[in-house]
Amino acid sequence: MTEMLTGLSQLDVLEAESIHVMREVAAEFERPALLFSGGKDSIVMLRLAEKAFWPARIPFPLVHVDTGHNFDEVLAFRDKRVAELNARLVVAKVQDDIDAGRVVEIPGGLRNPLQTTTLLRAIEEGRYDAVFGGARRDEEKARAKERFFSFRDSFGQWDPKNQRPELWNLYNGRHNKGEHIRVFPLSNWTELDIWRYIAREGIEVPSIYFAHEREVFARDGMLLGVTPYSMPKPNETVETRVVRYRTVGDASCTGAVESPAKTPDEVIEEVASTRITERGATRADDRTSEAAMEDRKKEGYF
Amino acid sequence: MAVPGLRAHATLLRFATAGSVDDGKSTLIGRLLFDSKSVFQDQLESVERTSADRGDDYTNLALLTDGLRAEREQGITIDVAYRYFSTPVRSFIVADTPGHVQYTRNMVTGASTADLALVLVDARKGVVEQTRRHASLSALLRVPHLVLAVNKMDLVDYSQAAYDEIVADFRAFAAELDLPDVTAIPIAALQGDNVVHRSEAMPWYDGLALLEHLEQVHVSREDAQQRPARFPVQYVIRPMSTERPDYRGYAGTLSSGTLSVGDEVVVLPSGRRTTIEAIDTFDASLPQAVTGQAVTVRLAEELDVSRGDMIVAADAGPTVTSSFDATVCWMADTPLRPGQRVLVKHTTRTVKAQVSTLHDRLDVTQLQGEPADTLRLNDIGRVTVRTASPLAVDAYADDRTTGAFIVLDEATGTTVGAGMVAS
Repeated sequence: MTEMLTGLSQLDVLEAESIHVMREVAAEFERPALLFSGGKDSIVMLRLAEKAFWPARIPFPLVHVDTGHNFDEVLAFRDKRVAELNARLVVAKVQDDIDAGRVVEIPGGLRNPLQTTTLLRAIEEGRYDAVFGGARRDEEKARAKERFFSFRDSFGQWDPKNQRPELWNLYNGRHNKGEHIRVFPLSNWTELDIWRYIAREGIEVPSIYFAHEREVFARDGMLLGVTPYSMPKPNETVETRVVRYRTVGDASCTGAVESPAKTPDEVIEEVASTRITERGATRADDRTSEAAMEDRKKEGYF
Repeated sequence: MAVPGLRAHATLLRFATAGSVDDGKSTLIGRLLFDSKSVFQDQLESVERTSADRGDDYTNLALLTDGLRAEREQGITIDVAYRYFSTPVRSFIVADTPGHVQYTRNMVTGASTADLALVLVDARKGVVEQTRRHASLSALLRVPHLVLAVNKMDLVDYSQAAYDEIVADFRAFAAELDLPDVTAIPIAALQGDNVVHRSEAMPWYDGLALLEHLEQVHVSREDAQQRPARFPVQYVIRPMSTERPDYRGYAGTLSSGTLSVGDEVVVLPSGRRTTIEAIDTFDASLPQAVTGQAVTVRLAEELDVSRGDMIVAADAGPTVTSSFDATVCWMADTPLRPGQRVLVKHTTRTVKAQVSTLHDRLDVTQLQGEPADTLRLNDIGRVTVRTASPLAVDAYADDRTTGAFIVLDEATGTTVGAGMVAS
């Protein structure tokens, strides 16, 4: 009996904490929304939302901030999940902000930094007062300082030195009109936890997370796939290699890693023994400086 | 299923670290992450580069945890940072809290969810005011375990006499506190002695290395499990679908005890009695829910139950009251004055309230109350709180969920205080 009574595993505890956070938001906010990119973290977050409100439908829309530089597999996956859940999807396109002159395309085509403008526009247009993001504290050292409920002023800005203390499981979502709260239900999950959960729950993820043959070229120590958004320069050699993606973001700046891992269990084995962080290995946008993420977050990035 | 790196039934331990500015706390965390192979090569290279640029003599592992630009520039930790590492039997969440006097609120924040407090002292300096403050706050927040890590043993020639004196000093102070479990460990974080591996430099110490202790210490949920059931209702689930037109479930997290189908329960504050008809989750309906589980409960009778209500064991309920004594840690620049009107968030209920009386301010390093007109930032005091509608409270000493509340400023919406209901 005692054995069963104390049987919550580490994954069970993380799952319960995330569900608790999502229910707090649904109860206390008028217009929440969930950022869904089709990446593994947002897929896990979506499953947790499904669990939190079952047997009812997820009581808020999904928002995809679309850089226009997508992997086809990920877009197809996104649409399939939306249909299965009978959910409402709002797509906010970076291209629209470029066309309207609100942002200017960066030479080289990197679009991740432009997402902030589009995200803030989507929040304003949708009048969302709480926005779920799949960010994890283990990803990056500025994110390690994030709260579950992260206050944003009417310009969408994060003030890391003036954050609300967060105690016990009592979250403070108070805000004025025009301000909003970013909510990070996966704060305490690590990359390994995400994969262990995907394996345990049998959650489907886009095929590009697993080993496949792809035409790639090396740039800045990363392997970039040949796509319309990431074309090799004349001095860069294209080769076919067996790769997978550890993160799925804007195709122009997300690198692949050489890997034979074909199943979640094989990915777990790889992640458990790898010595490079997922962002260090695969994200050009995080390599700009020591504080690249902190600076982008202050301006309103995820 | 066998999962590499972590067993399927690995447990979770949350611990908070505290120490003065130069006790080497961040270095110790860096060492735990590094020696348990939780630091990645690119993170280490980045730290090595920064260390070299700054002219440090050795790789400064503190840079692993100091994430904000201002922290790296000033070489201090400003805000609570959370770090993660795991061993095959357990995964760990570390709340790394700053040691400055003015950041008591961060220490209280980190300790509120901790199963264990890790208090560092410098072996050359021994127990100082900060040490007493941290031990007192751990006791106040009812952190179930405390580890006194006597650091920089290399700088006192690994002397047992120096260590014994510090431990005796600390235990004399701790005896006046209500600290359930204290373990002392001599370490040298910079070199790694007794952090992950037992030290050869201190053969006189026959206890566990710090990480071994962290892996073996009991996780406190076992105690909460033995308590009567408390289920604060978060959200009412009503699908209103054609398959389930009449479904009405109460979603929440069981904060203590167990709930089984058929259990007799009382819904507070109404006091209506009923029984548990079903315990639902996405995965399956359960015969029993345990402490910490997020579930949806259905009741046998149709009652008016909404967010902020609490479903509790019929034979051992909390106190339903509109006035209670509490210890409050004040966290705002604007001082708390007796008579002040605030909002109190307790479990899933937020109510208007008034701090009707300020009894005294607590000097946490001396454990004495002193008269006070106000509570300033980082002050801790004893108050009486009056609420506009009743709350179902337990003493914080008995229940870290139903005995806890936060204080919000009605005008600004910010969190201005943390409170613990008195026994």
